[in-house]
Amino acid sequence: MIEIRNLYKVFGAQMILNNMSLTVRRGETKVIIGRSGVGKSVLLKNIVGLIHPDSGSIKINGTEVTNLKEKEYDRIRMEIGYVFQGGALFDSMSVGENVGFVLNEFMNLDKKTVKDKVHDALGLVGLKDVEDLMPSQLSGGMKKRVSLARVLCMEPHIILYDEPTSEVDPITAAAINHLIIELRDKLKVTSIMVTHDMNSAYQVADSIAMFYRGQVIADGKPDEIKNSKHPVVQQFIHGDAHGPITDDESLIFGHVK
Amino acid sequence: MSFLASKIASSAKEWLRYVGQLTLLLAQTVACAVTPPFKGYRSLIQAQRIGPGSFIISALVAFFVGMIIALQMAYQMVQLSAELYIPNVIAVALTRELTPVLTALIVAGRIGAGIAAEIGSMVVTEQVDALKAFAVNPVKYLVVPRFLGLIIMLPVLTVMSDIIGIWGGYVICVFKLHISHEMFWKMTFRALSMKDIITGLTKTIFFGMIIAIVGCHQGLTVRGGADGVGKATTTAVVRSFILIIMMDCFITFIFYFLLNF
Repeated sequence: MIEIRNLYKVFGAQMILNNMSLTVRRGETKVIIGRSGVGKSVLLKNIVGLIHPDSGSIKINGTEVTNLKEKEYDRIRMEIGYVFQGGALFDSMSVGENVGFVLNEFMNLDKKTVKDKVHDALGLVGLKDVEDLMPSQLSGGMKKRVSLARVLCMEPHIILYDEPTSEVDPITAAAINHLIIELRDKLKVTSIMVTHDMNSAYQVADSIAMFYRGQVIADGKPDEIKNSKHPVVQQFIHGDAHGPITDDESLIFGHVK
Repeated sequence: MSFLASKIASSAKEWLRYVGQLTLLLAQTVACAVTPPFKGYRSLIQAQRIGPGSFIISALVAFFVGMIIALQMAYQMVQLSAELYIPNVIAVALTRELTPVLTALIVAGRIGAGIAAEIGSMVVTEQVDALKAFAVNPVKYLVVPRFLGLIIMLPVLTVMSDIIGIWGGYVICVFKLHISHEMFWKMTFRALSMKDIITGLTKTIFFGMIIAIVGCHQGLTVRGGADGVGKATTTAVVRSFILIIMMDCFITFIFYFLLNF
């Protein structure tokens, strides 16, 4: 379970997270939606400890993590898999070495076991015979799938997905969505998925939270979000060019309407 | 005048802050290096990347510097009929001072820049964040192997360059100044003592630390994209050069005045 309470994060003059609160129950898949730059990825990085909040509380399975020392945080991180937006594959390593990275680094496994686990993880994301390729030889979508396979090898209890279906074709996107649902149903993995893809959101989400101006303005089941009366939510989920979000931005940036 | 004074004060403060950050990274690196688990093969991989590639360049430079010293010394020594002492000067100047510094500058230009660029591009593509997210300490994973690799390889490169530099001097002394082969080696070994070699090699250990820590620090603090990586690379080389020369002066001072070396 992940409980976030009254989180604040400021970069320079910009307040990215503004008294943000969110709860993700054990085994739940929470999808976070919102425009670019509203702090979705910043929230994920706060959870995994890559960025530290200015104030507020983050509890992961009951442990307050905001004031943990790095070594103590590392124990929590071993439970969390993070699928980065750009893949973040280690470009000096082959695909096989990338996927088996955590196994080689922390587990005393023989080469054959690692090879088998890597093969299985790549199979789960629909990739075959790519172990010897280098990340530079992969397409954007393949990189993302390798990144997901690398996380699956860790067998984490929590997975944070940063736009896992962007840059992939619709069929691969559907396969990734299916995999996320399977991980929830079979392994009871708790997930937070950041996405702009509303189809993905409706498919995988147990609940959807909408971010706006550093806060959660709507949080509920996919149907509740779909039928929300909130004009900001309506504009975002329908992808309207005009509405309260764009009006607000026009005021902020001083454009003539 | 007050503008100039405030500029100097702010630059000095900036440098002090920078040296403080380097010291902190050095302390973290040493702490990580002595904490298990030890993955020695990573340092050996780095040593392998540093050594063979830098050998040809540092050997060429040392060979020509050996020749240059012989020629410049001949200019004065011939007038005093003291050509016989040229091998002594070559041996001492190369082992105590010139080869350690020149080899370090070559390695700083070649390897220090590479370290800053490699780690910098890892930062901008979130690979360093990925390490942290996988509970891997970037200092232990990225900095320690480069640090140890440089500390291992720089003395080795320096000893090789010492030998090749003396051979450069040999070419001029024997074929141009007509000092006999036997006399050249006799004078060289008479002049050289263990303390000359120790002085030179001690310096290279500190130079290796500077190259590794400055390169890694620049890489880890990259901001922005390709532009940031480019700036970090240039800065790593310039700052390494300055710190190597400052450290050389400091160590020479310590050896000469405090240890009577």
